[in-house]
Amino acid sequence: MNKMLAEEIYYDMVLGRFFELAAKEHYMAGDIAGFLHLDIGQEGFSVAAMKAFAKGDVFTTYREHVMAISRGMDPKAVMAELFGKVSGVSRGRGGSMHLFDPSHFFYGGDAIVGGQIPNAVGCAYARKYKEQQDGVMVVFGDGATNGGAFFESLNIASAQKLPLLFLCENNGYAIGTKITRVSPFEKQAKKAEPYMLTMEVDGMDAVAVYETLREARHLIEDGHGPVFVEAMLCRYEGHSMSDPGNYRNKEEMKICKERDPIERMEKMLHETYLLSEEEIDALRQRAQRAVDDAVEFASAAPEPELEELYDNIFSKDV
Amino acid sequence: MLYREALNRAIDEAMEIDSDVVVLGEDVGLYGGSYRVTEGLVSKYGEERLIDTPIAELSIVGNAVGMAIGGLRPVAEIMTVNFALLAFDQIINHMAKYHYMSAGKITLPMVVRFPQGVSRQLAAQHSESYEQMLSAVPGLIVFAASDVNYAYHALKYAILSDDPVIFIEHELLYNKKGEIDLNTELDPFKARIVKKGKDITIVSYLKMVDDVMEAVPEIEKQLGKSCEVIDLCSLNPIDFKTLESSLKKTGAIVVVEEDHKMGGYGAQIVSWAAEEMFYSLDAAPLRIAGADVTIPYNRRLELASIPTPEEIKARILAWGAENGV
Repeated sequence: MNKMLAEEIYYDMVLGRFFELAAKEHYMAGDIAGFLHLDIGQEGFSVAAMKAFAKGDVFTTYREHVMAISRGMDPKAVMAELFGKVSGVSRGRGGSMHLFDPSHFFYGGDAIVGGQIPNAVGCAYARKYKEQQDGVMVVFGDGATNGGAFFESLNIASAQKLPLLFLCENNGYAIGTKITRVSPFEKQAKKAEPYMLTMEVDGMDAVAVYETLREARHLIEDGHGPVFVEAMLCRYEGHSMSDPGNYRNKEEMKICKERDPIERMEKMLHETYLLSEEEIDALRQRAQRAVDDAVEFASAAPEPELEELYDNIFSKDV
Repeated sequence: MLYREALNRAIDEAMEIDSDVVVLGEDVGLYGGSYRVTEGLVSKYGEERLIDTPIAELSIVGNAVGMAIGGLRPVAEIMTVNFALLAFDQIINHMAKYHYMSAGKITLPMVVRFPQGVSRQLAAQHSESYEQMLSAVPGLIVFAASDVNYAYHALKYAILSDDPVIFIEHELLYNKKGEIDLNTELDPFKARIVKKGKDITIVSYLKMVDDVMEAVPEIEKQLGKSCEVIDLCSLNPIDFKTLESSLKKTGAIVVVEEDHKMGGYGAQIVSWAAEEMFYSLDAAPLRIAGADVTIPYNRRLELASIPTPEEIKARILAWGAENGV
């Protein structure tokens, strides 16, 4: 990884952390409602995944703010969507869980656990059919690997040899249930092993995530068929803002936070790329300004007009 | 030409026009389709465009959604609506919602087609009708093909249009004969007046249209009245204009449907008539629907669970006598 990319990843991670902290604050203040799933602790994974898969289609879950921003979607428009404003990426229709932007090949933003996986399979079929070089990546949690949609998708993607990267975000908990209580495996890659090549990576290490996913991407794009990558992660917050996360004790959280991806990246910038404290601080300040601007923009943005209620039911008037 | 051949022709022509049109489903390729709708297409377009899938309905629709996102025009065949229940998450949460919740950024040019209804003793898990559930989902266009001409035009339209369409066929119509009218452009959203009349508006769709037409001569004879029979064709959106002008003329409405009466599709038509057309009504509306039971296997019980031409006739005659129609 070159210095420029390392800096870019670090910046996006910090931007993501500050964005999520601001979202949390504005949720508590009542500016953001509904379900809000924060990505704090997992920023390195989310950012590195987007950088490694800069081209190609991405399908993901409701914990997608950091991915969306890192993908190139304007933090202002993402924050405005969380605020439910008309300037939001989905004009306030989607909310936190439903961020879409086809111009960045980003297809959300799906809030049915595992529901986006068959969609990604279909999209990978389209890419293969159209003989396009770029593959498809689908991100899902460990909880999704216990559902039928996941198993059907492993089967079809493998039978059809589709250019699809299955990326499992294993943070150990399906909402509040420890994964080993509902799955015979701690590592969910076990389930994919009969169908495809699997890889495991420390999800708290952004560089490792980036390198592993690049390798996986090359494999799927070289006609190798689908690949399954499992990232071992730790989310600092509850499943959503309505979950205090009491099922994890202090000791577990302490170990968890010792793996902090941002601190790790900072250390690397310092030691490997010889960035000074001032340079790192400048990146952090720039990220904070971008988040402040996003909040300001979202606060000032107008509500959707009531006339919009019936817009976009169909692509044209029928 | 047969109904299934008309469907085949619609798919064939759409595939010819646009190489992004692909068909996927169980046995749609080499086998030619469970009801022979896709027969012969694989030799013309290849296995890449006639995709034989595993028996995994959730994935058939879920993959079609992804194919549409990826720039294709998928036509998904589900063997029967009973199996489509396995795909309802994909149909409702994905196919129907992506366009709206992305504020129009994502369009899904796709069709999901399947037959439904009572055939002959296929029993409880192969005989249901679910148009009432699917028509209640905002974001889905729902077409129901009762004849050869509509089947051809509406399916071709559905495949080449940019919106998600649920295309409902009927188990017993695949061998129905008819002609395709290539000289007249057909608007698939417009209800079809199957038979003109001035005293009673009978609204129906799918196979019940045929059963109504079978009952009508005797009804007209015995009541001394004329019936206007309307095939709804598009179940969502509904062509209320055609219904309104008929009802203004007749003042009496009967809805005939094969699904269960409880929460059945026809309730929507009758509630519209009561709410919007109350002062045009000269008689209480009549709904003839399926019984609120699981469809039984035994033939006598099976026929007793859905409207038949005999029941349609008897019910309308009794209603006509009571209401002075």
